[in-house]
Amino acid sequence: MSDMTLRQWLLTDEPTSRRHARLASLYKGWLTLRSNSMAMVGLAILIVLVLTAVFAPIIAPQDPFVQDLSSRLLPIGSEGHLLGTDSLGRDILSRLIYGARITLYIVALVALIAPVAGLLVGTVAGYAGGWADVILMRITDIFLAFPRLVLALAFVAALGAGIENAVLAISLTAWPPYARMARAETLTIRSTDYINAIRLQGAGPLRIITRHIWPLCISSLIVRVTLDMAGIILAAAGLGFLGLGAQPPSPEWGAMISEGRRFILDHWWVATVPGLAIFAVSLAFNLLGDGLRDALDPKDGGQ
Amino acid sequence: MTALEIKDLNVWFGHAHDRVDAVKSAGLNVMQGESFGLVGESGSGKSTILRAITGLAPHWSGTIRVEGEPLYGAKRDRGFFRTVQMVFQDPYASLHPRHTVDQVLSETIRLHGLDNIDKRVTDLLNDVGLGQRFRFRYPHQLSGGQRQRVAIARALAGEPDILLLDEPTSALDVSVQAEVLNLLTDLRSQRGLTYLMVSHDLPVIAHMCEQLAVMRSGEIVEVMSSETLRLGKPNHEYSKQLLNASVAPHQ
Amino acid sequence: MNLLDIEDLWVRFPTRQGVFDAVRGVSFSLGRERLGIVGESGSGKSMTGRAILRLIRKPGIVEANHINLEGRDLLQLTEREMRSVRGKQISMVMQDPKFSLNPVVTVGEQLMEAYLQHNSGSKSRAKKMAIEMLEDVSIRDPERVMRAYPHEVSGGMGQRIMIAMMLIPNPNILIADEPTSALDVSVQRQVLNIMDGLVKERGMGLIFISHDLNLVSEFCDRVLIMYSGRIVEVCEADKLHQAQHPYTQGLLNSLPRLDDKRLHLSVLTRDPSWSDAPSVRG
Repeated sequence: MSDMTLRQWLLTDEPTSRRHARLASLYKGWLTLRSNSMAMVGLAILIVLVLTAVFAPIIAPQDPFVQDLSSRLLPIGSEGHLLGTDSLGRDILSRLIYGARITLYIVALVALIAPVAGLLVGTVAGYAGGWADVILMRITDIFLAFPRLVLALAFVAALGAGIENAVLAISLTAWPPYARMARAETLTIRSTDYINAIRLQGAGPLRIITRHIWPLCISSLIVRVTLDMAGIILAAAGLGFLGLGAQPPSPEWGAMISEGRRFILDHWWVATVPGLAIFAVSLAFNLLGDGLRDALDPKDGGQ
Repeated sequence: MTALEIKDLNVWFGHAHDRVDAVKSAGLNVMQGESFGLVGESGSGKSTILRAITGLAPHWSGTIRVEGEPLYGAKRDRGFFRTVQMVFQDPYASLHPRHTVDQVLSETIRLHGLDNIDKRVTDLLNDVGLGQRFRFRYPHQLSGGQRQRVAIARALAGEPDILLLDEPTSALDVSVQAEVLNLLTDLRSQRGLTYLMVSHDLPVIAHMCEQLAVMRSGEIVEVMSSETLRLGKPNHEYSKQLLNASVAPHQ
Repeated sequence: MNLLDIEDLWVRFPTRQGVFDAVRGVSFSLGRERLGIVGESGSGKSMTGRAILRLIRKPGIVEANHINLEGRDLLQLTEREMRSVRGKQISMVMQDPKFSLNPVVTVGEQLMEAYLQHNSGSKSRAKKMAIEMLEDVSIRDPERVMRAYPHEVSGGMGQRIMIAMMLIPNPNILIADEPTSALDVSVQRQVLNIMDGLVKERGMGLIFISHDLNLVSEFCDRVLIMYSGRIVEVCEADKLHQAQHPYTQGLLNSLPRLDDKRLHLSVLTRDPSWSDAPSVRG
């Protein structure tokens, strides 16, 4: 093994331990992803997003909340304000950078809640069949029928406006498609010989669902979540735009667009710059999602 | 002692007017240590009998006894799984695509409540003619013959007495089939196993089994010894047809 | 002149671990005869058939000195010109009618489409030809079958429909890639007899690709045995059991036989020199 390079070790067809097998498998997946240049562009943009969010206090040139009414609506390229200022004189670039944190927060929360809930409901419904399936799927249908904005309004009315409630509203309407997808996959997997085989070893439904079905569903869920991210960000932005999500003075990108709406004709940058940021991040997720689909699809059979 | 006894077995799918009778009034006896073959074309019901035994085909009536113990419906207990195991037909579909060989075998051993997992995995891999090199591979890194050996190792993990073999070599190349069949022959004599083997291939059944039953459209039309088959002396018309179709004119 | 002349055919697939050569320097010719190509999985036999019809897409690479169809090099043709070759001059029957017949189109429509693709004419003429073709493959109730969908017919009948569909444009060469492997034993010979009869009647050339040595020897005049992308032996079909090459002998010996009772089947030991030796001309 000392003669082999790391790359050869990772590309081997004969792994020597569990860890080796896992790493080799991940590496091969990474190589497939890397060969897709568009996906790499998407990944790069997302890395920038994450780094921006993490290092916001260091990168941002100004305080995003400080108002300076004497410097309202300055254009792009102004002294000290690279991307101009908004209607209250706040630096747009700094608000954009801090807004990245909020965007990431929304994305992370929804990505954690919706697919996980969907996976649970879908796999249990698909594996159990019968009444459990019927009941769970009808519940799914009910949630699917809820219009997102109406539900968000309901939450705001009941619990008050805020980013957490917006996220909750989005998650509650985002999980049904994952449940449907997980159920469809489970139905296919359920009748395969490898599941029959493990049943014949005496495995119970819990083990089968968690260790055999979930690993196979997860790849398509990951791809689906990534592709849905664009929609989720836009939904959060939409809620922010309506004033139902992040509240002022929070630099959430959707809320920034809303505030800049009034000035779109003469001071177009106030609304457009955050809009471009949303566009870039949504596009990045889409590109990455497409690349992940190619990399994560189970490749059975030989070359 | 009778390892497997089947009497008046009916297996069906669906209800009322959608009902399909896959097996009708089937009966056979397999003695301990014997290798019994089930031969028929597609749709004859031969694989369905195996599924009824293992509980994978829940709707059946009649009697099935394994080592004297009767079976009911689809529920099987741990004792059953340590007595009877199955090897499936398609090596490309019988291993979980995301589990390494090591995971497959370890999990099986654990489910049977056995300890000493590491040693058992090593021994199993050696017994089926795969070395340690294959232990951490994923199924897509194995050939069809290798996958089938892993499936056999998995079936043997719980130290069963009876193996149900569902067309174990029909998806394999001829040269690989010879290796796998030889492996099965050796394992049977080493471990005193009983085989119930399903195939559409008469020469394979004649080679592997001492007794065989011919099935057509869900019914057993004839039970005979493989000697009778080799001598070309089956009684039933259908058996004769099958025999003729299996043998090329110049053989 | 030979119907088909293939010289030094190579089919390569670039992979992460290097280039994989599925077919390595294969040369053979086909006259108005029945030629069998036998091999196990990975021998390159199916790839050879597909390469002739130029059905191999990127990233697969097909290279040869020439693939001459009655003197015309198929490798020089554009994709558009190839489309008039496929079906009209060379047709291919594949393994499983479940996967090669369109499940949402009736049998009749598929047959008529196959006819109209290469012949101008009215729909009623196409229908007439389709019914005649179904009768030629011994389907007793052609009118009913015309209206049926592929999933409504049995495997054997599906394969006969496939043969009908491939022969309706009257090609010169038929390539059959494991045409009966998905069928029951009792139906296999029936389908092969029909195919064989039609090939003889029309004076066509047949390339029969299979893993089943015995079946091929029954329905072919000459047999090429492929191993690891090369042809290792060529022999007359009726002399197959006197084959010289150790691989062919090994394959024949490792089959279980009804007339030979043994405890162990003889196992093929592969000699690396078999894949290193140059391809035999067929």
